[in-house]
Parts: sequence; structure tokens; C-alpha cells
Amino acid sequence: MTVDAYRQVIGLEVHVQLSTQTKLFCGCSTIFGQPPNTQVCPVCLGLPGSLPVLNQHATQLAIKTGLALNCQIAATTKWDRKNYFYPDLPKGYQISQFDQPICYEGFLDFADPNDEKALRRVRIIRAHLEEDAGKSMHDEAAGRADSRIDLNRTGTPLLEIVSYPDMHSPDEAKGYLTELKLLLTYLGVSDCNMQEGSLRVDANVNLHIESAGRTIATPIVEVKNMNSFRAVERALVYEVDRQFAEWKKTGREKGQAPKQTRGWDDVTGVTLPQREKEESSDYRYFPDPDLVPLKIEKSQIESASNALPQLPSQLRAWLQTEHGLKPYDADVIVSQGSHLVEYFQTAVAAGAPAKRISSWIQQDVLRALKERGIEISALPVPATKLASLVNAIESGEIDTSRAKEVFYFWMENPSSDLVAARSALGISSVDRGEIEEVCRQLLDENPQVVAQVLEGNAKGLGSLIGLAKKKNPNADPKLVRELCQQMIESRRTSS
Amino acid sequence: MKLEELSALDLGRKIAGRTLSSREVVAYFLERIARFNSSITAFSQVCADLALEKADQIDRQIASGMAMGPLAGVPIAIKDILCTREMRTTCGSRMLENFVAPYDATSVEKMERAGLVTLGKTNMDEFAMGASTETSIFGATHNPWSLERTAGGSSGGSAAALAAGMTPLSIGTDTGGSIRQPAAFCGVCGLKPTYGRVSRYGLVAFASSLDQIGPLAHRVEDLAACLETIAGHDSRDSTSINAPVPQYTRLINRSISNMRIGVVREQIEHAGLAPEIRSAVNRAMEFLTGLGATIVDIGLPHSRYSIATYYVIAPCEASSNLARYDGAHYGLRADTKSLHGESPLEDMYCHSRSQGFGEEVKRRIMLGTFALSSGYYDAYYRKAQQVRRLIFDDYHRAFEQADVLLGPVTPTTAFRLGERLQDPVQMYLGDLFTVGANLAGIPALAIPAGNDQAGLPLSIQLQGPPLAEEKLLSVAYQLEQALFFQPRTANLS
Ligand SMILES: [Zn+2]
Repeated sequence: MTVDAYRQVIGLEVHVQLSTQTKLFCGCSTIFGQPPNTQVCPVCLGLPGSLPVLNQHATQLAIKTGLALNCQIAATTKWDRKNYFYPDLPKGYQISQFDQPICYEGFLDFADPNDEKALRRVRIIRAHLEEDAGKSMHDEAAGRADSRIDLNRTGTPLLEIVSYPDMHSPDEAKGYLTELKLLLTYLGVSDCNMQEGSLRVDANVNLHIESAGRTIATPIVEVKNMNSFRAVERALVYEVDRQFAEWKKTGREKGQAPKQTRGWDDVTGVTLPQREKEESSDYRYFPDPDLVPLKIEKSQIESASNALPQLPSQLRAWLQTEHGLKPYDADVIVSQGSHLVEYFQTAVAAGAPAKRISSWIQQDVLRALKERGIEISALPVPATKLASLVNAIESGEIDTSRAKEVFYFWMENPSSDLVAARSALGISSVDRGEIEEVCRQLLDENPQVVAQVLEGNAKGLGSLIGLAKKKNPNADPKLVRELCQQMIESRRTSS
Repeated sequence: MKLEELSALDLGRKIAGRTLSSREVVAYFLERIARFNSSITAFSQVCADLALEKADQIDRQIASGMAMGPLAGVPIAIKDILCTREMRTTCGSRMLENFVAPYDATSVEKMERAGLVTLGKTNMDEFAMGASTETSIFGATHNPWSLERTAGGSSGGSAAALAAGMTPLSIGTDTGGSIRQPAAFCGVCGLKPTYGRVSRYGLVAFASSLDQIGPLAHRVEDLAACLETIAGHDSRDSTSINAPVPQYTRLINRSISNMRIGVVREQIEHAGLAPEIRSAVNRAMEFLTGLGATIVDIGLPHSRYSIATYYVIAPCEASSNLARYDGAHYGLRADTKSLHGESPLEDMYCHSRSQGFGEEVKRRIMLGTFALSSGYYDAYYRKAQQVRRLIFDDYHRAFEQADVLLGPVTPTTAFRLGERLQDPVQMYLGDLFTVGANLAGIPALAIPAGNDQAGLPLSIQLQGPPLAEEKLLSVAYQLEQALFFQPRTANLS
């Protein structure tokens, strides 16, 4: 280790908007993108006299997420007020959970970015429920400060998932986030749309520097305002370098400076200090007297646990052990979401070989989805139909290249079956004699290829296959190669 | 006929029997308001046209033979802290001087459904923080029995309106005695129900864990009828109790001969208790013994901490509840455009809150903010919650020995306006006998017990276990029937 070797220490706080129909403490809709201040009521506007009433669905989603993150679920939890003034916080406090989070002490495993066969584990400190604030929109274009507030988002349920500082590189942070997002998507608890703000990430970063025989921790910095996983990665790379340079310059250690908050600027690619004041403020947490403590029965946790879907890690393992897929292939399929896994499962259940289905999915199916911008559920070729096609290849009824034509024909003509597709595409099973004739002609027409092959260079055969296809599109490339080779060999012996 | 001497239920019976129309009754009280409100300031707003319109509607419904409740067509006055769609809800504060809520409080909806006719909103201490109704932007409410004295507070307007014969029924709220103390000072009945018995939805919060809505009236049967109207579970209030509402009016005439009446040692022996109030309690005790009740000596050892506990918890909750009045969304916003400070937003907050709130509200916000601050939370808020638990336990033990506790409402009769305004601690100490019921969440009731030599009303308090309102009403009914009957409205000219 050199004198200035350091270890990066990264913890993440992820705010996830839960997919409830209505807000956490009132009946207003949570749909995104409605005209400003149209999804509000006395409760989420914080009007005098209004009172919150808990949306039980939000706690169910929180329990579900907590279980999937291997968390303990609190038997009793309560609601606390976090007091601070801001125009997008109409009550002057946010209802949150301070010292009794609904979920605590869990972990999430994900593929080690440095070793695809190994797992990294990040421990979860807590996951608690709270209400979202509104949005402030600052318009200074008109030459004067003009702030407007949209309270549609106010009161939307958030689950704040706080990790231990167990990540040691931006890659690992990205790996954790990617796996977390996938998990949440599988659970169906959030749409995880970062552009719409339904998944927001803050990072706590510092360095442990080995210097002069001791470990020095640099002051912890909270980085905010990262609007994509790519931004998180870039911000962390930048922040690590910046902290190291800062330490070189000032020698300042943790405890010698207050915790700082910095905002990531995606355009200039730097982090900039935000107002210190926010950080030093005292939120004066105390139990919200308008709400009663929440008791969570064991039976409720058990039924939530039983209702958990297959999670990404379980599905990856299943694809590898049960179907012999490679880790990479298993991950590609699982990363696409549970519907694609179901598609795979249905095709395999219909008798098609898993590896062939896996490669069809990774090539043709995913390409088709991307080109059309559709979800797997909308694919015109259902899993059983793909299975029948793959089975036809297996039995030698059709070759792979013509099968791809069938696949794309089905994309355009969803109601047609294999027979109809074959006749529309002019695919017929051909007589061996016919192909023999084609091959004979080809060898006559291409003596240079024959000569090459006789000299031990079989490469030329490939060009014959292409030519054979031109003469008869139904020619099976395997058969053409086989016949040509036999005929050339027989010419050698006859000459 | 002097309608102000009839009970609300009597008025209801006459309206239902069509010997009187609701319009006549409403017009009668509106006329008295017009005559006396300028000297009493019981009402902060009067909505004469709305009230007459509503009265006509009730009269038409009665004429058409529609089945109506016992209070249909009867006028009522509502404390200016309950949200009403059709009137401003000011809380006696500059901050909400022009605020109109877009919704009705649950209790207001229930009164509306019962056919009660709202005459207007009653004056109160700003945001219910006070015991003298002197901190309102509408000016102090005067005690109809002695105009230079306070009507009490914070529901001073609701009590004074009754005592001045300007309404047969009114609604107040009680966080530390704010229904019972003004009822005592004005010689009327007032009931603070069990916490959660009446929905708080639409009650502008002062201290959420202590606030409770309740009726004030001349007669115990009116308290019963009004409570029956406004009580009940409300899915919009998570702290509301899901228990059936008894028919209090049918239960109040029950015999109390087997009841154990507890007399709280710490109250009756308190050095600051006015002798005439002590005598009134003793007379009540004798009377109840005469009816066959047993008197039990009760100790509430932690009651001596109740004022301190209350004045930590209530300001803590208030400091947070009142944070929403920041000038950003509604209510008063100070004009700070010319200030050019470092933070225009903070300027707006500071000046709006400085201008919008009065001294007492600011004092309590600061007290609460301090007590919740990191480093002080454990010493104040947490400690206060622990003592609150001990106070609750005291009551719990007391109610194993007694069905109902009897004692004074206030240490003294109505004090002079201005007398305690500069001495908040003196003002706070007046809540000594009332805050316990709020801290423990139990029901408590004040009924008149005659007048002292100076002609000022005396009053006694009954406290009961959670949801024992019917017991309190039964005992109060007996006391009222036999012992303390008197004309209830002050003579005003
Ligand atoms: Zn709402």
C-alpha cells in the first residue's frame, strides 16, 4: 500500500414513492403529471382543522419491501413530526418515522461488479415511511424571483431505505441501486421512475485514508440532486477525487468540520456546496398526536411473507441450476423483469430447450420489443408459439434462418400459424434429390471452390451455402454443406 | 315570553309542536345579540341572514311533517375555532382574520343535520390560548354578571353568550379547562367529553392530544342532548373513539343512590380555594349523601404536577400545530418586498408570524419550540409525558374507588379583566383543577352552584372515567334539580 491509499466509504439513502392509489394520509390521487394543485384536499394542504388518516395500503407495501430486503418488521411503530419551514411543506412539519421505523436491519445481495460469480452484501439500517413534500418551481426567467408551489405530490407515500456505508466504489453503489430498483419493480411497490421522482437517491461519502500508519476519515459529505444512476456514479467518482484533493490541501478530518451537503450538477459535472443551514437545523421530532401508534400483527407479516413473489436473486439461481443458463444469460433475462421470466418459463414448459429459448429471447425477442417500444405482454408472438417454432428447428423441420423469417412474419401477422407462415413465405420441406441437383450445379459452376476444398481449405463452402439459398430458399444450409462436401470428396477419389 | 329562560330542549319541543316557529326563536336571540353584544363581545361574527334562512327551512320541514330531532330549529353559537364553510374561522387571531375554511367540521355537520341553527361564531382567546378571552383581536369578552370581569376562557364567548341570553346553546372547546372555566365564571353548564368522544376533524388544533369539543348550556339536559348530537366515531379523526353513543337524554334521570362520590383531597383542601367555592362543594356533597350516595376520600398525588406538565405538553404540540401559519399558503402574509434581506423567504416567515400572532401565542410557540429542541426534549417533553402517565394512573386508581369525582372548577370566581394579563403564571395557575381531565383524557363537567355574596357565579366540577359522560350527567342533573336552580341569565339592560 502506498502512503496515500484510501478506501471509499459510501452509504445510500433511497426515497421510493410507493404505488398506492391514494396519498399516505388522505384520499387524494397520486397520479403523476396532473395540472398543478389539482390533487389536493384540506388534509394534504395542511388546512387548519384537518387531520391525517393512515392509508393502510402504504404500510402493506412497506412491509412487503422490508421482507424482501431481509428486514425485521416492527411489532409496533409510530408516527413522528419532523418540524421545519419550507413553502412546499404546508403543515410546517413532515409526518415521518423517527425512532421506530417500520422496517429495520436487513440486507441486499447483488452481483459483485468485479467478479460476476461473487455476491456483494450491503446491509440496510432501516426503511421507514414518510410523506413526500410538494414541488417548488423557481422561475427567474422574467428577471425577478418568482416561485410557485405545486402540492400535488404533497403527502405521497415514501419509503426511505437507508443503507449502512458498506459500498466502497461508485461501481458498487451502482450495483446496489440497480439491484434495489429491480427488486422494487419485481415487488410492484413502486414504478421507480427517476425522471418523475419516484426514486431519489442521496449518498453519504467519505474516505478512509491510510497515512503515516493510521487510518484517517475525511468529513462525511451528503451528495444530493442526482437524477439517474449514471449521475450517481459520476457524482461519486467526482466526490471521491474532490475529497482526496481537499484532504491533501487542508488535512481536515471527520469531526473537524460539520457534515456538509453538496448538490450534483449534471451539466458541469461537479458537486457544489448547498446551504449549511439545512443541515444544522433541529427538526424537533416528537410523536404526532393526531395519529395512533401502528401495531403490526405477526399474522400480517406472515401473510405478506407468503404473498412475496419470486425475487430476482431466486430467479437467477433457478435459471442457472434448473435450466443450465450461464450467470450472464440468467441475469439478462431476470433484469428485464418478471414478465419476461414468465415468458421464458412458459416457452420452456411447452417443451422448448431452455438454452435455445434464452438465446431467442436475448436476440430476437428483446430486439423486437426495443424496436416496437412495447412490453413483453404486448409481443404478438406468445411464448407457446415461440416454443413451437424452436421445436420445429430442433426436429429439423425448418432451419434457423427461415425460422427467424417466420418469427418476423408472426410479428406482422399475429393470427397466422406455422403452416400459414410457411406457405406465405414459400417455405416447404424440400426433396433431398432436388438439393443434390442444386449442389451438383454449384460445384460445376464454381471449380475454384472445389479446388480449394480439395487443398484442405473448407472456407469456400460457406459461399456455396449462400448461393444454394439463392437457387432454392428452402435449402437447409446444413444439408447443403454436407452434400457438397461428400460430392467434392467423391470427385477427389474419381479423379 | 322570555325565551332565554327556557332550556334548548324546551325551545325544541315548542318549535316541533309549532307553538313557536324557529324563525321567531332565532329572531328573538338575534335581537338580543344586537342589543347586548357590543357590551359583552360574546360573538366575533353574527350571521343573521343565514340563520333566518335556515330557520325558515326548518319551519317548512316541520310544517311538511318531516321527522326532526329534538333540537331542530334551536339556535346555537359556535366557538370561532370550528371550521365552517359559510362563516370565517378566525380563532380570534390576526393570522386568520379573513380565513374561510372550504369545509365544515364534523361536529358542525352533525349540528347542521340535527337542524340546529347557527347564530354566529363566538369570541375566544387567540387560538384558544388563554383563560380570560382577552387575547382575541375582537377585544375582550365581558362577563354578563359583572362587566368589568372576565367571562373566562378560552371559550369565553360561548359562555358569555349563554349567560347574556344571546343563545340557548353553544359549543366550546376545552384543552385545559376552556369550556369548564368560562362556564363556571358565567354560571352556566359546560361539558368536556372524553378525549375522542367528539371528532376533532375541523377543530383548529391548539394541542391535539388535549383538545376536545363540548357543549355549554343552561341546563344539564341540554348538555346531554347536544352531546348526543355531536358525539360519535369519525373515520376522518384517527383519535376518535369507535363506541356507540348512548342516549344521554334518556339516561340522566337515573337514580344515583348507589354511587360512590369521590372528593379529591388535594382540591378541597387547597389553600388557594375560595371559601365560598369550598362551601358549594360541601353543600353538593351533603345533598348527594342525602340521595343515598356514598362519599369517598380520594387522593390524586400527582395532581400537583399537572400545571407544569400541561404547560410543557400543550405548548410543544402548539408550536408544531401553529407552524402551518407561515404566510405561504393562506392567512396573513406580511408585505416584505421592500426589505431586501438576505433571505426573502425567511423575512416573509418572520414578519408574517410576528404580525399575525399575539403575545400569548408567541410565548407558547417559543416555550414549545424550546422544550422540543435537541438537548431539552428528554428533560421537558419526555419527562412531561411520563408525569402525564402518572396523572392518568392516579385517576385510574381513583375510579376504582369512586364512580365520579366531585370538586371545584376554579380556585376563585371570575377575576377582573386585565388583572392577570401581565402575569401569565398567575393566569396558568387558575387551570389547576381543570387540566387533569385533559391530561388523562377523561370527561369532566361544570355546573353552576349558586352565586357568591358579590353575585358572581359559583361552580362545581364532576369528573368521571373515560366514556362515563352519562354518570356525570346523571349526578349533575340531580344537583341541578334540587339544589342550585336559579335564573341563569344575568340581568342586562
Ligand atoms: Zn389530499
